[in-house]
Amino acid sequence: MVLSSQTGGPGLGIEEFPVITTRIDAVQAWGQKNSLWPLAFGTACCAIEFMSVAASVFDLSRFGAELIRFSPRQSDLLLVAGTVTFKQGPILRQIWEQMPDPKWVISMGVCASSGGFYNNYCTVQGIDQIVPVDVYISGCPPRPEAILEAVMKIQNKIANPKTTPASQFQVKEPHFDY
Amino acid sequence: MEASEIVEKLNLSHPGAVQTVLDRFGQTELEVEVARTAEVLRHLKETPGMEFDMLVDLVSIDYSAFPGWNGRRFALLYLLKSLSLGRRLQVKSFISADDPQASSVTDLWANANHLEREAFDQMGIRFTGHPNLKRLLNHHEFVGHPLRKDYPITRRQALSANQSLMDEMEVRLKEKGLK
Repeated sequence: MVLSSQTGGPGLGIEEFPVITTRIDAVQAWGQKNSLWPLAFGTACCAIEFMSVAASVFDLSRFGAELIRFSPRQSDLLLVAGTVTFKQGPILRQIWEQMPDPKWVISMGVCASSGGFYNNYCTVQGIDQIVPVDVYISGCPPRPEAILEAVMKIQNKIANPKTTPASQFQVKEPHFDY
Repeated sequence: MEASEIVEKLNLSHPGAVQTVLDRFGQTELEVEVARTAEVLRHLKETPGMEFDMLVDLVSIDYSAFPGWNGRRFALLYLLKSLSLGRRLQVKSFISADDPQASSVTDLWANANHLEREAFDQMGIRFTGHPNLKRLLNHHEFVGHPLRKDYPITRRQALSANQSLMDEMEVRLKEKGLK
């Protein structure tokens, strides 16, 4: 940590008086946003794309989110990657309910966000009918950069919960059909 | 045994069962009365020289929106293959719209179990004698049969609670001698 000791004030710099004052929620948000534990709810090809994001070339660990858990009880970022059918709906809902608070949800790809081209009798037309979504990613499947940007937006949202414009994060109340 | 010879022998053993014989792009298709389909299929499987020991697929068809159609509404198409003789055969039977039913062939081919469940789930054809005629692809709260032409393709039905599949698991465990 580089802090100048020549910052004026009463004459004591960080070396002489090693204390930083801040707010507890800021420290908490700083810790949360840099140690996201994602849970990949992969049902289709988007999950394959997510694997490449987690692998070395794109390297999700640069954002502190490399510890992918396959237990909802150990994770705080749900990444729904793929088509969700009505038969899957209660499973997704249960997994989201099992995750401890605070938790965030990324809807990855058009199928999870809107049903995609599966405009039929068995596909949920957007997972926001089942769980509240923080960030939607377009694409079929999305580029890895888009997923990284979504993670950065989640980090931004964690750090600035009040100042985040509502239009940027389309947080919806779920319909609670389930 | 050529296809014409198979038809000849079927006419001797099951007179009147085979209604028409068609050539479908080089493959023989027999149209069989639905009440006698199961016995004809058993004969096709078990008779030496025919030996259709593999059920490749079971297709259910809804003809209600077919142009110029005035026959029965549903059809079942059994795609058979003889592994030992390297020959294929199709057997089709038409089913009327009110209370569509057919005899199960699960005792002949084990894979007919899931194929018939799919036809029941998606098309609403009941198979008498099936050991476990439940929905296969759609969830248990689903109402209607989505592959019927009169089902609106975007009519979506939410599922309220997950279905436990332990009853099927128990059957499997018992089959494998683990329980």
